[in-house]
Amino acid sequence: MDKIRFATAWLAGCSGCHMSFLDLDEWLIELAQRVEVVYSPVACDLKDYPENVDVCLVEGGVANQDNLELAHQIRDRTKILVSFGDCAVTANVPGMRNMLGGSDPVLKRAYLELADSGAQLPHAPGIVPDLLDQVLPLHQVIPVDIYMPGCPPSADRIKATLEPLLRGEMPQMAGRDMIKFG
Amino acid sequence: MTVKTLKIDDIDVAIAAGSTILQAAQEASIPIPTLCHLEGLTPVAACRMCMVEIEGTSKLFPACVTEVGEGMVVSTNTPKLQGYRRMNVELLFAEGNHVCAICVANDNCELQDLAVEVGIDHSRFPYQFPKRSIDLSHPQFGIDHNRCILCTRCVRVCDEVEGAHVWDVAQRGSACHITSGMDQPWGEVSACTSCGKCVDACPTGAIFHKGETTGEKQRDREKLAFLMNAREHQQWTR
Amino acid sequence: MDIAELHEIAQQARDRRKPTRIRCCTAAGCLSSGAAAVKTELAQAVKTAGLEDQVEVCSVGCMRFCGHGPLVAVDPSDTLYAAVTPTDAPSILTALNGGKATAAQADPNHPFFAQQQPIVLENSGLINPESIDDYIAAGGYEPLHHALTELTPEETLDEVTRSGLRGRGGGGYPTGLKWATVAKMPAGQKYVICNADEGDPGAFMDRSVLESDPHRILEGMAIAGYAIGANHGFIYVRAEYPLAIQRLKKAIQQAKRYALLGSQIFDAAFDFKIDIRIGAGAFVCGEETALMHSIQGQRGTPRPRPPYPAESGLWGCPTLINNVETLANIPAILRHGGDWYAGIGTETSKGTKVFALTGNITHTGLIEVPMGTPLRQIVADMGGGVPDGGRVKAVQTGGPSGGCIPAHLLDTPVEYESLQALGTIMGSGGMIVMDDHTSMVEIARFYMDFCKGESCGKCVPCRAGTVQLYDLLTQIMAGEATREDLDQLEALSAMVKDMSLCGLGQTAPNPVVSTLKYFKQEYLDLLLPASNRSGAPTVATLS
Repeated sequence: MDKIRFATAWLAGCSGCHMSFLDLDEWLIELAQRVEVVYSPVACDLKDYPENVDVCLVEGGVANQDNLELAHQIRDRTKILVSFGDCAVTANVPGMRNMLGGSDPVLKRAYLELADSGAQLPHAPGIVPDLLDQVLPLHQVIPVDIYMPGCPPSADRIKATLEPLLRGEMPQMAGRDMIKFG
Repeated sequence: MTVKTLKIDDIDVAIAAGSTILQAAQEASIPIPTLCHLEGLTPVAACRMCMVEIEGTSKLFPACVTEVGEGMVVSTNTPKLQGYRRMNVELLFAEGNHVCAICVANDNCELQDLAVEVGIDHSRFPYQFPKRSIDLSHPQFGIDHNRCILCTRCVRVCDEVEGAHVWDVAQRGSACHITSGMDQPWGEVSACTSCGKCVDACPTGAIFHKGETTGEKQRDREKLAFLMNAREHQQWTR
Repeated sequence: MDIAELHEIAQQARDRRKPTRIRCCTAAGCLSSGAAAVKTELAQAVKTAGLEDQVEVCSVGCMRFCGHGPLVAVDPSDTLYAAVTPTDAPSILTALNGGKATAAQADPNHPFFAQQQPIVLENSGLINPESIDDYIAAGGYEPLHHALTELTPEETLDEVTRSGLRGRGGGGYPTGLKWATVAKMPAGQKYVICNADEGDPGAFMDRSVLESDPHRILEGMAIAGYAIGANHGFIYVRAEYPLAIQRLKKAIQQAKRYALLGSQIFDAAFDFKIDIRIGAGAFVCGEETALMHSIQGQRGTPRPRPPYPAESGLWGCPTLINNVETLANIPAILRHGGDWYAGIGTETSKGTKVFALTGNITHTGLIEVPMGTPLRQIVADMGGGVPDGGRVKAVQTGGPSGGCIPAHLLDTPVEYESLQALGTIMGSGGMIVMDDHTSMVEIARFYMDFCKGESCGKCVPCRAGTVQLYDLLTQIMAGEATREDLDQLEALSAMVKDMSLCGLGQTAPNPVVSTLKYFKQEYLDLLLPASNRSGAPTVATLS
């Protein structure tokens, strides 16, 4: 049997979910034996998201152009997409900028009003991606197969989600251990 | 005293006439989710979490205010109710700014618990991200309207137990918000006795003690229970 | 005041009349199109012509043909002028002696008028709403006298029960039963409330009654008070009806002066006073428990029922709440008897119903028809159908709580049950006609916008659910919704209907549900193709 082609991705989040993933400790070794890691900011050097991915954990909300493009790419090339952590599921802390209105007031607040010195708006087309007006949960942008809330989801929750997937089954996302926000 | 007998989720219950379905269910250890309900305060039937089905009618009834009837057959957890309750809690999450990760009430929040209970792994309703304010003008407490679910427990506990009526509801529809005094900053409301009962009553992290940070909210629910019991039964020991 | 005095007042009022009467509508509709100036010019023209002895120009209430105002009628020639301007005034006088009036004439025998059966509106457009003498001359306050001096409260109630009258505010609850419930409560302080918080978009029935025949409401309330043992009434009227408020105030003053309100009315052991309470612009205050909170000076939010107002209403006292039109039927029922009233209408819906006919219709205005009249007769014959030969697509009844009836079901008779079977309600009487160009999704969205703005915010499904329903409808309108979104719309509609606390939320999804029932294809046509199910939100959110 071919190994499961496994990926993790990082959109607008703090990478805490990935840190929690690394908290899987020795189970990571077991995981590494059972999957082929094809894309991941913490476990793989490839810069382009590959085709035919079986499972991908996506951390973070969708906050800018790059996030948006990568989200679509992931959806197109992935069988089972897991919305990984509160930022992906609810927009969470990155989403708190939505209360300010669109991207302009956000940039002004961050780069002009709160600047210590040299206040200026970032402008580097092609290098710094444009902000979207709203940070959105992943499922408002692309269809999602599994939701794993948590800030971050504990290593136990990650393991309990992945184990059934490795067996080719869908995990039961229910109960405090699996779906409590925060 | 007359007693009524009824069936709740196939369990026979006998209870004093005039009791509510919620009281009858509690007596039989049948859990019915609630949110605006707080023992000792006037029930308002506003959150709609405790809606139940009663055989013979297609209407749903709030268990917290519906009196038991002889021979009543009540269902508290049908698939229809489960579906509606989940939507109801999703609506609450979507209309406010509930960021559990950074909330004082994280892991100590009735809204968060309800989300787990009704099985919310995500909200199917888009978040509204409303612009709401925070009032930190009171020396001891704060109110963060982002986390308010308008259960009006604070309004009722302040009015009915403390007798100060600092809180009320202003505006309507999605613009509704809790307001203090004559729409003043909380710290300027002379009627406030700083008793902290609103902090104890608040189911979320909306009203909190200053100085509490993420997950640190303290609530003395037993103080409220003690006060209610003392008033009703003249038992003044804790 | 006794019956002889009442008759004398009536006789004097009739004696004061001049051989020719020019009646000018001074209800809100015609006033807004310049009726006041028309009336002034007509009075001036009478003076100029030196006809003051023979011709009087008088203010009257609504003449119902509202879309063609200002309206002027001339007695006894039975001429009706429409869209009259001040410059038409001299020619209207000339026409009295065979000349030609410059104003357009409307046909008083048009089906719009001929097929009406006025009971509630029997005085409307005929008497001066600001004159109690005019009302008495039309037989007013005789029914109250009849009840107070010839009937016991039980017999009075019995007339109402036998009439089969049902609540005209929309619910259709049997009025006699409601009265009986309050009457049976132990003696003590009780109240009568007239719900004049008419708020449905497109509805102006109650407004017209209040502006055209205010004494009728006072009399209906007094009779109700006598029947149920109440000595105090409140009229809760919305602030947006200043003319109605002004005329009600005047009417109450006049009635007090004649001792038709106050202590020992007609020397019977019956006291009754009426106060006005003015709403502050909240639609939800038409809901009875919210309305009572508002009268008590509290925030206008509904509370769960039971207890019903009949048991525990204003300040905890038994309270009868009836809508304007319901109360306006009472004097007629007492005059002619409950059996007479029960002879009008259908088996389950007795009497007449007033509708405010609006929308894409040739003759906008007020109509009062017997229950059981087919919608098609109202829309096509009386209303003249869609202007410029357009086709009727649907008729909306019941306002934000109601639904749309598609054209192919227009043969349905107007009855509480038949309308409910179609997924709409009788409502208070707003009837909005829509033509082929109307988008039914847009209609649903319009009403949802209204409901989300008027939700009091107390219960979650109504406060937050209507917002999400509105957003879903907006998304569908914009062509950015998927089949899943439509399913979500249906599921949430059911939830808001079943879970909301009061009638506002429980009925808020009705316009969505009913347009989905009859016009689902319009929704489907706006959806994104199935393959594009991830496309929607991204396009809209790019900065």
